[in-house]
Amino acid sequence: MNYTYFPGCTLYTKAKKLDDAGRECSRRLGFELDELPDWTCCGATFPLVNDYHIAMSGPTRILADTKEQGSDKLVALCSVCYNVLKRTNHVMRTDEERRAKITDFIERDYHGETEVLHYLQVLRDELGFDQLAEKISKPLEGLKVACYYGCLLLRPVKEIGLDSMENPTIFEDFVRALGAEPVDFPFKIECCSAFQTVHSMDLATRCSRDILNSARNCGADLVITTCPLCQFNLDDRQPEIKKADPSFEQIPVVYFTQLLALALELPVAELGFERNLIDPLPMLQAKGIGVE
Amino acid sequence: MKATISQDTVRADFVQKVAEISGENFFNCYQCGNCSAGCPSVEEMDLLPSQVVRYLQLGLVEEVKTCKSMWVCAACLMCHARCPKGVDISKIMDALRVLRLREDEHNSRIDVTDFDDDYLERAPQIAMISGYRKFLSL
Ligand code: SF4
Ligand code: SF4
Repeated sequence: MNYTYFPGCTLYTKAKKLDDAGRECSRRLGFELDELPDWTCCGATFPLVNDYHIAMSGPTRILADTKEQGSDKLVALCSVCYNVLKRTNHVMRTDEERRAKITDFIERDYHGETEVLHYLQVLRDELGFDQLAEKISKPLEGLKVACYYGCLLLRPVKEIGLDSMENPTIFEDFVRALGAEPVDFPFKIECCSAFQTVHSMDLATRCSRDILNSARNCGADLVITTCPLCQFNLDDRQPEIKKADPSFEQIPVVYFTQLLALALELPVAELGFERNLIDPLPMLQAKGIGVE
Repeated sequence: MKATISQDTVRADFVQKVAEISGENFFNCYQCGNCSAGCPSVEEMDLLPSQVVRYLQLGLVEEVKTCKSMWVCAACLMCHARCPKGVDISKIMDALRVLRLREDEHNSRIDVTDFDDDYLERAPQIAMISGYRKFLSL
């Protein structure tokens, strides 16, 4: 099975490990991600106000290009891209007035035909978590994982519809399929402060601290995420949190595709953990994971 | 706080504009406070999300226009998800920001030349792009 794939700006550079591992794992699992040719940035924010149509021209063009390629599904790995593309698609499907304005501007005939999927959704709904579990060569036994959803993977639930808003399970089911143990923690759907990180560092530090403490207190060995912005906030803020509170226990924050790659025994050296501020390898190797 | 409420203030242009571009009807809100209880940014806010809506209901334009809350809202949509009346405060906060940024370029909240090389080396593109969109006048 082939899917058209939209990497998005950050996966080409700062979150390259999310992308590399996602592509390689899909090959091993029996599906291909065909990168959409000549894609542009999705804009990284869905415009919440009703009179800012131009912000939807980028994502609409991406969706229309996918359709014109003869593909009916577009896969994203990054929660931000996924949210922007999916919400834009919802507008193009349901809001005639806005669709007319955007269509006029970009001169494309597009009515929301493309289906936007998150990679996790492909694993759950197209491959199946049972199938995934069967293909795992190195079950991650004894590893306690905090599945951090954040906001954009789930909300607004009416437009995104990936899972329940308050009690999502897709991420935990994924972790179970890898043979690891998901830990439930109360902050899994809280926000990490998102783009506030470029404006209010204190807010980013406090939000990250609350999420990480919640995960640690519930027994997690590491946190996984689908979002380069969450990964950045949660990982990058830890030295600051530790400075203010020496009793704070640091915890690694990795991408879900990196965890998948470990369970499929991809070479650890290619997983890019050197970019992580809090190195996950000592903890993983102590559990017999990622030992070459 | 002493505030004067009148038909004129309730129907102020600014309030109408916020309603128009957010697409939200403030009067659906009955002040249960669910939005404020779940908001991650509330500690840094001067007006709670529910208060922002209340002030808009009352047409207290100056208080709303100068509030800090719109600038620390992370657009996480928790308020909307938990509102029993379906009010989307994230849209109201965005409308406030957008109107302030459109009024005057001096309302921009970040200066891109302030980021040092070390930070730029670490921060992902998404942070910068969404940050520019939310905090720079367009
Ligand atoms: S949750 Fe909704 S109804 Fe309750 S105070 Fe907030 S906006 Fe008003
Ligand atoms: S969208 Fe803004 S106001 Fe609403 S809960 Fe999130 S941070 Fe608070």
